[in-house]
Order: sequence, then C-alpha cells, then structure tokens
Amino acid sequence: MPTILHLDMDAFYASVEQAAKPSLRGKAVIVGGLGPRGVVATASYEARRSGVHSAMAMGMARRLCPNAAFLVPRFPVYRQVSEVVMAVLRSVSPLVEPLSLDEAFVDLEAGPHGALLDLQGQEPTALATARVTAMVLALAEDLRADIGRATGLTASVGVASSKMLAKIASEQAKPDGLLLVEPGREHQVLDPLPVRALPGVGPATAEHLRRAGIATVAEAAAAGKAELVRLLGKAQGAAVASMAAGRDDRPVVADRETKSVSVEDTFEVDLADRTRVLREIDRLAESCVRRLRAAGKSGRTVVVKVRRFDFSTLTRSETLRAPTDDPAVVLEIARRLMDAVDTTGGVRLLGVGVTGLADFTQEDLFAHVVEAKGDAERPGGPVAGAPGPEGQGAVAGAPPGEERDAAGAAGESSLAREPAAAEAQRRWLPGQDVRHVEFGPGWVQGSGVGRVTVRFETPWSPPGRVRTFLVDDPALEQGPPLPLTGPDGPDPEPHGGGPGPRSGAVSGT
Amino acid sequence: MKFRVERDVLAEAVAWAARSLPARPPAPVLAGLLLKASAGTLSLSGFDYEVSARVEVEADVEDEGTVLVSGRLLADISRSLPNRPVELSTDGVRVNVVCGSSRFTLHTLPVDEYPALPAMPEASGSVPGDVFAAAVAQVAIAAGRDDTLPVLTGVRIEIEGDTVTLAATDRYRFAVREFLWKPEVSDMSAVALVPAKTLLDTAKSLTSGDTVSLALAGSGGGEGLIGFEGAGRRTTTRLLEGDLPKYRTLFPTEFSAVAVIETAPFVEAVKRVALVAERNTPVRLTFEQDVLTLEAGSSDDAQATERLDARLEGDDISIAFNPTFLLDGLSAIDSPVAQLSFTTHTKPALLSGRPAIDAEANEAYRYLIMPVRLSG
Repeated sequence: MPTILHLDMDAFYASVEQAAKPSLRGKAVIVGGLGPRGVVATASYEARRSGVHSAMAMGMARRLCPNAAFLVPRFPVYRQVSEVVMAVLRSVSPLVEPLSLDEAFVDLEAGPHGALLDLQGQEPTALATARVTAMVLALAEDLRADIGRATGLTASVGVASSKMLAKIASEQAKPDGLLLVEPGREHQVLDPLPVRALPGVGPATAEHLRRAGIATVAEAAAAGKAELVRLLGKAQGAAVASMAAGRDDRPVVADRETKSVSVEDTFEVDLADRTRVLREIDRLAESCVRRLRAAGKSGRTVVVKVRRFDFSTLTRSETLRAPTDDPAVVLEIARRLMDAVDTTGGVRLLGVGVTGLADFTQEDLFAHVVEAKGDAERPGGPVAGAPGPEGQGAVAGAPPGEERDAAGAAGESSLAREPAAAEAQRRWLPGQDVRHVEFGPGWVQGSGVGRVTVRFETPWSPPGRVRTFLVDDPALEQGPPLPLTGPDGPDPEPHGGGPGPRSGAVSGT
Repeated sequence: MKFRVERDVLAEAVAWAARSLPARPPAPVLAGLLLKASAGTLSLSGFDYEVSARVEVEADVEDEGTVLVSGRLLADISRSLPNRPVELSTDGVRVNVVCGSSRFTLHTLPVDEYPALPAMPEASGSVPGDVFAAAVAQVAIAAGRDDTLPVLTGVRIEIEGDTVTLAATDRYRFAVREFLWKPEVSDMSAVALVPAKTLLDTAKSLTSGDTVSLALAGSGGGEGLIGFEGAGRRTTTRLLEGDLPKYRTLFPTEFSAVAVIETAPFVEAVKRVALVAERNTPVRLTFEQDVLTLEAGSSDDAQATERLDARLEGDDISIAFNPTFLLDGLSAIDSPVAQLSFTTHTKPALLSGRPAIDAEANEAYRYLIMPVRLSG
C-alpha cells in the first residue's frame, strides 16, 4: 500500500527569501555563497528557467542570470521554518525522518490514520485499494495545505509504497504538486527513468552502466542481478538490482542516530596568519561543543580538518580515553592537533568535529576544580594546555605559572586585534536583515563604494522602497530576522515559486 | 678480552641490561651492549639516551677489556645456550662465544663511538625492594598512557624526610601512596617526575635484592636524572619535565556518605555487570540501606543488575563510574575490604582499603576516582 510519503519544499531557501521580501516575489532569486568561491545553494524557479541550478559556481550563475537577486543564506530563518514544517509532518505520524532542512520521509501507517490505511487482512481488492488511495491522497493534500498555511510556502509530495518511489514521485510532482504511485503501477513510473534516479547510483556508476548499455531502470532490471553484480561488485550490484526491480524495504527511521557533530567554515580569503587560524579553531571548537551539548551527547574523538591553499585536505584526530562534552577539553585537543599542521601557505577551510559519541561524560578531575574555584585558572599548565604563541613546547614542559602567562598573552593579543577587525568587517551582505532608526526593518539589496542600499519591507508588507546610506551610517544596524507569517499569525495565502498547484495520481489506463 | 661466566648468570644479566635497548636505535651503536671485563667482574651496560642500565656479575676474567656487541643478538644467544660455562673472547673485530659444543662469532660495534653513560646520582636513601615495587604498581595504574600529555604519563616521587609519596593521574583518577624509607639525610626534600612505564619495569626488576636505593640528583650534577640500585643492578632514567597539577586540594576531606564493601565479591559483581557495558559505558552504583545495587547497560541494548551487601554510613547515593577505572582501583587497594567515600554524585569519590570490615581504613593508599555523568 502507498503509505510512505516524501515531502520536499519547493526551492526552499529561495522561496523563504521571496516570502520574506515581497519585492522579490515572481523574480529570479539565487541564494548561496556570494564570494569568488561561492556556489548556488538554491535558485528560484524563475532563475532555473535561465539554466541556474544548485551546486553551480556562483560566477556561472551570474553570467546565466545577471538580473537575479543574489542573496546570502539566512540559516537561522530556514531552520525556524523547517521546524514548523517538521512539526506539521509529525502531526500526521510520529515516524518522520528528516533528510535535510527541507526534505523528509513520513510513514503514514505509523500515524493516527494508520489503522484506516491498513486493509486489516482483507484481500487487496480493487475497491479496497481505491479506498486507501483516495484516503492517502486526501491526507497528503491536507498536509500540503497545512504547510502552506503554517509557512506560506509550497511543498511537493510523493506517496508510494517505498522510500525510493516516494522520492521519485515528489521529484516528478515538483513544483507545488502531489503524485501518488498506485499499487501495481510502480514499474510504469520507474522503468523509463535513467539509472541515476536510483538511490546509490551517482555519476560514476551511471557512466559505468551506460558503457555496458544500461541507461534506464528498465534496462537495469532486465540485466538482472548476476550481471549487475559482475559490473558493480557484490554489495552495490545487489542493491541496484533490487532497487531497479522496485524493491526497497528501507524503513522510515525517526531520530536517526547522530554519529558525529562537526562545524566547518570556508574562508573568503585564505587565512595565513597563524594567530587568526588558531582563533578560528577556538571559535569552531566552541560552536561544535555547543551543538554537541544541544544534542545531549558527548564524544571521545576530536577531529580537526584543514584544507590548505592548494586544496590538499587533511584531518587530524585524537581520541580520549573517555567521552567528554567539556569545551575546555575539546578546545585544548583541537589546538594541540593544529600545532602539528603546517598552515604557512594559508588555509581555505577549517573544521572541528567530535565523533565516537556517547550519552555520558567522564568527568575530568581538573576541570572539576575550575568549577569549584569559579575561576578560569586551571591547575597544572599541562592540563589547561593552552599553547603559548611560541608553540607546543610549552604544553608539556613549562611549570603552571609560565604556562598561564603564555596563554594569557595569546588571549590579550587576540583581544587587542578584535576591535580593528570588527570595524573592517562591518560589511553589508545582500539579503541580510537590517533595521533603520527611522525607516524600520529592511534588507540589504547591495553595497559598494562606501554605500549600502536597503529595501524597507517586511514579509507582510507590500513591496517596499529602496534607500541608500553610507556604510557607516550610525542609524543603520543589523536587524533580527522577521517571521514569515507576519505579526498577526499564519498567512492564509501561500505564495511560493512556480506555477499554480497541480495534483494527480498515476492511474491505470 | 677473555672471560668465563656461568650461563644462567650471563643470560639473566644480559636480559636485564638489554631490556632498555631501543627497538629502533637512533644511532647504530645504541643497539649495542657494552661488556667490560676487569678483575673478577663483568659489567654489562645499555643506554638509549633516556634510560641507562648497568649490571655487575662475577666472572673469571683472563684478559681485561671492553667490547660492544649487538644486545638483542647476545640476549637471544645467551638465553638459548646449554647450561654450561660460557667463554667470551675477542678476536680482532670479532667476538667468539663458546659454550659446550656451540660456537658463535659476532661482529663488534665501535666502542669509541658509544656515548658515556650518565653518572649515577648520589644515593638519597633506601627502601625494601618489595615495598617499593608494590607501591609503584599501585600508583602507576592511574598514570596516563597518552603521549600527547607527557606530564600525565609520569609518577611523581616526592621525598620529605623519611616519607616518600608517589602520585599519578590520567585526569580521571588520582592515585597516591605514601611509605617510609631510610633517607641518607634526615631533612631531605625533593620532587621528581619519572615515566610511569619505566618506573614500573625498574621497580619490578629490582625486587630480587633486599633493598633498593634511590638516587635523586639535586641541583648539582646529574640533574634531571633519577637512579635506582639494588642487587648489583643500577639504572638511571631521565625525568619528565614539569610537574603534576597540585592535588592535595582535589582530595575531599568531608563526606556525605561512606560505604564499606567486601572487595572480592564487589570486584566479581562489577566484572559481571560490566559485561553489558560496551566500550566502557558506565556502571551505576546505588547505595540504599546497606544494599548496593549495580547496574549497567541501557534499555536499547543488554542490561544487567546485581545486588550486594554493603555497609553505608550517611546519605543514600547513586553514582556512576567507568568500570575499568573502578576495577583498577579495587585491585590496587590490595585489601579484603573496600571503603568508598562520597560527597555528591558529581564529585570525585575516594577509594581506600581496610584490613577488615570493622578496621580503620589504611590511608597510606588513596585512589580518587571521578564519576561519569549521564547525559539528559
């Protein structure tokens, strides 16, 4: 029975921006990294018509669609909206498996309507099947409407008997559509698709199969398991064979267990200054531990990831005897790992992660003393371990006093730099939320040559006017992101990208 | 050079002196064992820049002399020789080893390239070999094994008059042992941080003699070294730099509860419930009215519980530990009865041993163990 539902928000980031910025509705919007190394995260349907798609280099996107609004992503807003969407999904079933902020599987049978969807031992007669199909369609249509009401955005939904088919169906339903694959019609949907549509088949595998004369799912199914195993190896061959035959028994798993928590950043300009690199590591370590703690976890292995100017990427890790969620411990290890990494040529990416997750923390005798003293001064330099600016020699050897001094000095020098850096970094990024003392909330449309252009509008206002200020205008400040659904609650009219709603089912002819 | 020596004497001496030879020597001569024959004694020495070992045995010396040969090879050979007197003699750049009908010819290494062994610091005092070995073993168990924090891989030896205090920690537990010794100077005061692994090996290997003398270099010559001597064996070890964090304040002095449990059944029970504690997930101990309940595992996986008699004075308490750390401590107290003292379930607990249920705890050895906090 078709009870697995896949929901995918249409052009999610771009649609959120269009909802938040009335002047952009119906216009091409491209969200992503705007620096020289940026890539497109999401393009609105208007921009897709010019050939822009996600993962494209931003420079390419600018050439293809020069008149689009190019905006930086506002993840906190996307996360908020995503939570609303997931909450709506959880109202129809507890079994919700989010794949990303804008995508999730739902197992309808596990929900309150599950009993109605079950044939309860009856023969799957045409009549019973039609009854269930109609019910699922109604349920899915309600779901789309609920999401529209709660977020003001549109979603596409696919419903089928397996995860694979549900996802394919939602893809075909896009945008703002609904597609249900009726029982017995699975092959009709699957067969004409290119093999790339199967989960686990990427460009390399697809190319491999193409050379063997297998381009579509039907051809893969016809080739049979033995042939696919010979071409792709045992594990993948068998997996592709059963997927191509329409068999996919993967269950919907709520609360997929986290295996690691990590944070990384790519820098617009390669970082060459060692002090700056270490400061970024500190920041990443802190943010990583915050996420770790938010997930109620602790971990044993600390990993740092460094991509250098020449794209050589390396990871270094250290494993503790017991798991920790202590920021000081993670920070100490991350710094120590960085000591062994040569960054003289500059780094373009840094990351800090924690793996080997557990749900308990082996407390540390010395960290414990810190709390008791209410003092940042940890006894025994070696354990505090903040390496001085001169390097790791100090960690092992120096008596506690010296150790502290070295660490203190490093701290001061970074503090001293901070104000200057902040001044230079008062940059206005396109799409960013701002607030003006006189004109109220708005967003940065662009900036350059010492000026910044702001459009003053809110998600619930009509398209607003543009004004230009000096970049250091004291009346202008960063603003909080505004909720999409307006100050008075949910917006009744969904305004997503793309043409009007359509829905349907692949039915027998 | 030419001498004769009993096979067992040679094999034992070579094995001990070759113990400290590096597996991958930084310089070829350091793979060598230095043999020096003079007036009725044979001395064998090995050195790897960190640890030096020198042993003297009686030998029937015909021609005096010094020779450097591969230590590993000589150890393998002397261990396998038949039980007959062994004759060693030089022949140009070669050494002949003859024992019964076996005959080996070995290459020598250049003696003049061999580094001078560090001078043994002056003896500071002595202690019975078995007392020393037992004390070191009790403390070294808590030392860190992770080279990233070298300070924590050491055992701290503190000498204050006639009292020696050994201490080690890996930041999760802290073991401290005190014992009395005979100092050379009554008001002696010194501190040294010795690599735990080397100290453990050394202390074990010196139990054959009655006493072990410790030689701790002051600020004068031989600084940064500690020497041990007993039964004709001398060894020096380079000290670790730095010091352990100050620990006296870590040890709580007031407790909300003190539990007394018979050690053997306690150890058995912890081992049993820990079977379901994969990857050192914690074992939870709950003390309520003279019953100790041990639990491990989670509802997602296997679970285990066990009850034991325990005497509790003070408030009921529930606390969780890494089972390995707890078992290490229970074996280190080496007593029929264990005493666990608590303040709260988030603060370190103090483990010590009692000779009997109603006896006072033996404060000479204390093992502080940090609990595990369960998330959520």
